[in-house]
Amino acid sequence: MSAPVLIDYDTVVERYDPMLGLEVHVELSTLTKMFCGCPTEFGAEPNTQVCPTCLGLPGSLPVVNGEAVRSAILIGLALHCEIVPRCRFARKNYFYPDMPKNFQTSQYDEPIAINGYLDVTLDDGSTVRVEIERAHMEEDTGKSLHVGGATGRIHGADYSLLDYNRAGVPLIEIVTKMIPGTRERAPEVAKAYVSQLRDMLRGLGVSDVRMDQGSMRCDVNLSLSPRDSGVLGTRSETKNVNSLRSVERAVRFEMCRQAGVLEAGEKVVQETRHFEEASGTTRAGRRKETAEDYRYFPEPDLVPVEPSAEWVAQLRDSLPEMPGARRKRVQAEWSLSDEELRDLVNAGALDLVAATVAAGAPSGEARSWWVSYLSQQANNSGVALDELPITPEQLARVIELVAGGELSNNLARQAVDGVLAGEGSPDEVVAARGLKVVSDDSALITAVDEALAAQPDVAEKIRGGKVAAAGAIVGAVMKATRGQADAKRVRELILDRCK
Amino acid sequence: MSELTRLTAAELAEKIHSREVSAVEATQAHLDRITEVDPVVHAFLHVATQPALAAAAEVDAALANGNEPASPLAGVPLALKDVLATSDMPTTCGSKILEGWRPPYDATVAARLRKAGVVILGKTNMDEFAMGSSTEHSAYGPTHNPWDTTRIPGGSGGGSAASLAAFEAPLAIGTDTGGSIRQPAAVTGTVGVKPTYGGVSRYGLVACASSLDQAGPCARTVLDAALLHEVIGGHDPLDSTSIDTPVPAVVDAARRGAEGDLRGLRIGVVRELGGEGYQPEVEATFRSALSRLESLGAELVTVSCPHFDYALAAYYLILPSEVSSNLARFDAMRYGLRVQPSVDSSAEEVMAATREAGFGDEVKRRIMLGTYALSSGYYDAYYGKAQKVRTLITRDFAAAFGQADVLVSPTAPTTAFRIGEKVDNPLAMYLNDLCTIPANMAGTPAMSVPAGLAESDGLPVGLQIMAPALGEAVMYRVAAAFEAARNAAEGGPLIQRLENGLGVPV
Amino acid sequence: MPESTPDPASGAISRAEVAHLARLARLAVTEPELDRFAGQLDVILTAVARVGEVAADEIEPTSHAVPLTNVFRPDQIRPGLTQEQALSGAPASEQGRFQVPRILGEEA
Repeated sequence: MSAPVLIDYDTVVERYDPMLGLEVHVELSTLTKMFCGCPTEFGAEPNTQVCPTCLGLPGSLPVVNGEAVRSAILIGLALHCEIVPRCRFARKNYFYPDMPKNFQTSQYDEPIAINGYLDVTLDDGSTVRVEIERAHMEEDTGKSLHVGGATGRIHGADYSLLDYNRAGVPLIEIVTKMIPGTRERAPEVAKAYVSQLRDMLRGLGVSDVRMDQGSMRCDVNLSLSPRDSGVLGTRSETKNVNSLRSVERAVRFEMCRQAGVLEAGEKVVQETRHFEEASGTTRAGRRKETAEDYRYFPEPDLVPVEPSAEWVAQLRDSLPEMPGARRKRVQAEWSLSDEELRDLVNAGALDLVAATVAAGAPSGEARSWWVSYLSQQANNSGVALDELPITPEQLARVIELVAGGELSNNLARQAVDGVLAGEGSPDEVVAARGLKVVSDDSALITAVDEALAAQPDVAEKIRGGKVAAAGAIVGAVMKATRGQADAKRVRELILDRCK
Repeated sequence: MSELTRLTAAELAEKIHSREVSAVEATQAHLDRITEVDPVVHAFLHVATQPALAAAAEVDAALANGNEPASPLAGVPLALKDVLATSDMPTTCGSKILEGWRPPYDATVAARLRKAGVVILGKTNMDEFAMGSSTEHSAYGPTHNPWDTTRIPGGSGGGSAASLAAFEAPLAIGTDTGGSIRQPAAVTGTVGVKPTYGGVSRYGLVACASSLDQAGPCARTVLDAALLHEVIGGHDPLDSTSIDTPVPAVVDAARRGAEGDLRGLRIGVVRELGGEGYQPEVEATFRSALSRLESLGAELVTVSCPHFDYALAAYYLILPSEVSSNLARFDAMRYGLRVQPSVDSSAEEVMAATREAGFGDEVKRRIMLGTYALSSGYYDAYYGKAQKVRTLITRDFAAAFGQADVLVSPTAPTTAFRIGEKVDNPLAMYLNDLCTIPANMAGTPAMSVPAGLAESDGLPVGLQIMAPALGEAVMYRVAAAFEAARNAAEGGPLIQRLENGLGVPV
Repeated sequence: MPESTPDPASGAISRAEVAHLARLARLAVTEPELDRFAGQLDVILTAVARVGEVAADEIEPTSHAVPLTNVFRPDQIRPGLTQEQALSGAPASEQGRFQVPRILGEEA
C-alpha cells in the first residue's frame, strides 16, 4: 500500500469541515469484575485472577456487580445524562481468542445512560458543549501476547499467549454524539474533551483513568464534510490512541489523510485504523469482507437493571463537585484572574491549595507556597506536586506561624525543608532546629551595631541617605543571627541607628 | 442383593438410615447392575466406581457416628446427566468436542447432591448439547430403551431415563429445554419433572438455550422425584435467573396427593395438544387417564391455548439463536478438542476445523439456524417474532390457569420409535416436542407420569401435568393421586410390567 | 405440520447463504454437508417462518419467563481458580498462559 498523501492542514480546514466523534472506554476501579468475584488488581501472575465465569467455562453464569452499576449511574449523572428506568445487557457475538465466551456481554439498544453533555473549556477560555450519546456497561477482554513476529505485533506472529486476568473487568463506554463545527480546532477539542472527561472521572473516584495503563482508552472517529455542504463524509475509526497528545495528533493526521484521499477524487474507506505512536500516523487495519454483524440479542443469563428514582436521586446528591464548576467557584472565592487560575491548574496545585485553605490558611499565601517554592522542590526531587512529603495541613501550620510573627519567611522555608526531609511536623522541626525569630530588639541592635562597625563605608552611605545600601548590612545581620532575625525589623533598626 | 435395585429411593433411604442396609451395599448393588445391563442399554458414559463407593462409605461412617442423615436421600445412588459439571468426573455433554473434559468446578446441583449425601454413580448419555429427542445425536452412540432395545429412550436425556427404567439407579437428574426430561420419562415409563424456570440453579449446567433450560428430578415414583426436587431446588446467588423463594413443598404435596382425593380441583384439557398427528393409542391412554382423574373427584374442563400451535416454530427459532451464541465458546483455545489442519494453521482455521470435527450434524444445523435468525435484517422477522409468540403463549397459559388449577395433555405424540427411524429427518424429530415445548416457553412447571402401555406395541405412554409458575405443589399432588390410583387399579407400578427386553433378569 | 423431504429448489435459504452462515459460525463444513444442510435448513426455516403469522407489532417480546430485576452481587472478592485449574483443560499452554495458534486479527 502506498503512503498516504497528506494535505496541508490549513488547506484541509479551508475546504472541509471535520466531524468528530469520540468513544472512551473507562476501566472501573471496583474491587471485583463486572460479572464475577475475581479481583481486578493489576499485575498478578497470568490466569490467577480467573474463575469459571470470567474464563467462560461451559456451565458458568454471570452475576452483575452492583458497585459497577453504581459507578455507571454516577458517570451518567456527572455527564448530565438521563438515567433510564430500565435497561438490559446484550450479547455482542464475534469470535476472538481474547474473549472467552466469543461474545461480549455489553449493552446494545438499552444503555443505562443517554443524552448528556460535557462542557469543555479550551485554552483560550472558550467552551464547547460536547453532547454525549450514551454511556453503557460492558466487560473487558483478556490480554494477548504475540510471539514470534516483529516487535510483538500480531502480524507475522507464530502464535499467541492468552492471559484472562483482565477478562471481565468492568468497562464503561462513553460515546459522544457527532461533534460538528470544530473546524480547525478539532484536534484541540478532542484533546480537551478527553482530558476534562478524565478529570471528571478522577473526581468521581470511579477509575484510575490512566491512559498509559489502559484504564482509559480512546477511539477517535473522524469524517470530513466538504465545507458548508451539509453532506456527511465516510468516517474512519482510529484505535490505540494512548495519550492526550495522541488524541490530538490522531485527529489531525486523519483530517489530512482523508483530505488527501478526497482531493485525489477517491472515496474514504470506512475502516478501523491504528494509531502509531512513533510516527504520529494511522495505519489501516486488516480489510474485512463485510462489516461485522454482531447479532446482538438480549442477554438471557441476566435480568433487567431498573434503577429506582430514589436510588438515582441519592446518587445525584452524592455527586462531588465537578471540576469545571469547582474551578469557577474557587476563582471567585480566591479572586483569581483567568491566568492565575490556569497557572494553578497547570501546576497541579488546585486541590492542594484548596485543602490548605480548608486547613485555615489564606488563599493567597497557600497559592504562593504551592505554585512557587513547593513546585520548585517537587521539580528538584523529580516528583509530582502531590507526592511531596508535606501535607496541606502542615503547610497551613507554617503559614500560621508566619502570620503570628513566630517565623519569618526565611525561617518558614527552613521549617518546610525540615518537614520535607522527614524531620517531623512543623512544630517539631521548629523546636528541633531552634528556628525562632529573634524579636528581641536589644539583641538585634547589638548585631546591627556590630555589622555597621564592620562596614563603615556602607554605614557612611546609609547615613548619607542611600537607603538601598542598607541591604548589605541586613545580609550581614541575617548571617550573624543564622537567619533568625526578622529582616524587616533589622532594616528598620539599621535606618534608625543611622539617623 | 439385586433386590436393592428394585427399591424406590424412599424405600432405600429408609433402609440405609435405619442401618438395615449400608450405603456401600446399595451403591455396589447398583454398580453391579450397571455392569450387568449397561453394555446393552448404554445409559452411562462414565461410571465413577471409586468416588461413588467412597461417598457411600462416608454416609455410612456418619450414620455410624450417630449423626442425622444429611438429607432424606443420604446414601441413595443417582445418575447424573452428562451436561452438568462435575470436578471429579468427565463432562462431555454427549459431544466429541468435550471428550474427556474435566471441569475444574462443580455445578451447584452436583454440589447440593453431594452435600445431601446422594451418591453420584456416574454421568448419563444424552443428545449432544441437549439437542434432540432420541439420544441418537450423542457422539458416543445411542442409549437403548429398556422396554425394547431397538427403540429410542427419548431425548435429550435418554440416558437418565433409561438408567431408571433399567434399575441401574433409583434417581437421576435430567435437564429440560423443550421436553428433554419429560419425553424420555414418557417413553420409558418413568417420572420426570421440569421445575419452574429459575427453580433449580443453572450454574454448572452447560447451556443449550439459556432462557429455556432447567435441571430437574427423574425417578420411578412421584414421591422419589419430590424428595429429589427438594434437595436440588432453591435460590443460587451464582445464577442471576434463579428465583429467591422457598422450594415449593412438593414432598408434602406428593404424600397428600397419594391419598387420592382430588375433589375441588379443576383439570384443564388443552384442546390444541392432541388429535391429528398423535398415535391413536397415545390418545386412548390419555382419555383413560382423564377418566381416572375424574374418578378421583377432579372436574375436567376443556381449555384452548390457540398460540400453542406456534410454539414449535417459535421454539426452533429461540433455541438455535441462543445455542449459536452459547456454543461459540467451543473454539479449541482454552479446553476441549483441538484440531489443527496444518502446522501453520491460524487460530480461525483451527476453530473452524475443530468445530467441524467436534460437533455433530444436529448441533451444526441449529448453530447455523441461530446465526441466521439473529443476523441483522432477519432478527425482527425471526428471533424478534418468536419472542413475541412467547408472550402470547404465556398469556394463553395465564388465561387457561384462570379456568383450571392444572392442565393436562399427553407428554409426547407417540410411543418410543425405533432407533434410526427419524434421525435423518430433523423436522419429524422436532414434532416429538409438540406437547412439552409450551411449558418451557412460558417457564411454568410440568411433569410426566406413567399413564399406561399402548396396546399394540406395549410401550409406555406418559401423562403430562402442567401448573402455573411456582405451582409445583398442586402439580405433584395431582401426579401422586393419579399414580396411586393407577397403580392400585393395575396391580402395581407400570415399571413392573417391563418385560426383559434386555434379556437380563431384573 | 406435515413431514416433507428437503427440496433444495424451494426458496427460504440458498446454499451460498448456508456457506456464509457456516463461515460466520466458524464451522468448516464440507461440500456434501453443505448440500445436505442447505436442504434441511430450508425446510426448517419455512416451517418456523409461521411465527410471522401471529406476532403483531404491539406485542412486547418476552426474553425472560421469570419477572426478576436488579439482581446484583456485592463488590466482594470470591475465591476463584488456581492457575493450574484454569489451564487444566488447555490444549496448549506456556508460561502460565493459554497458547493459541497465530491470530489473523485486526491489524494488517
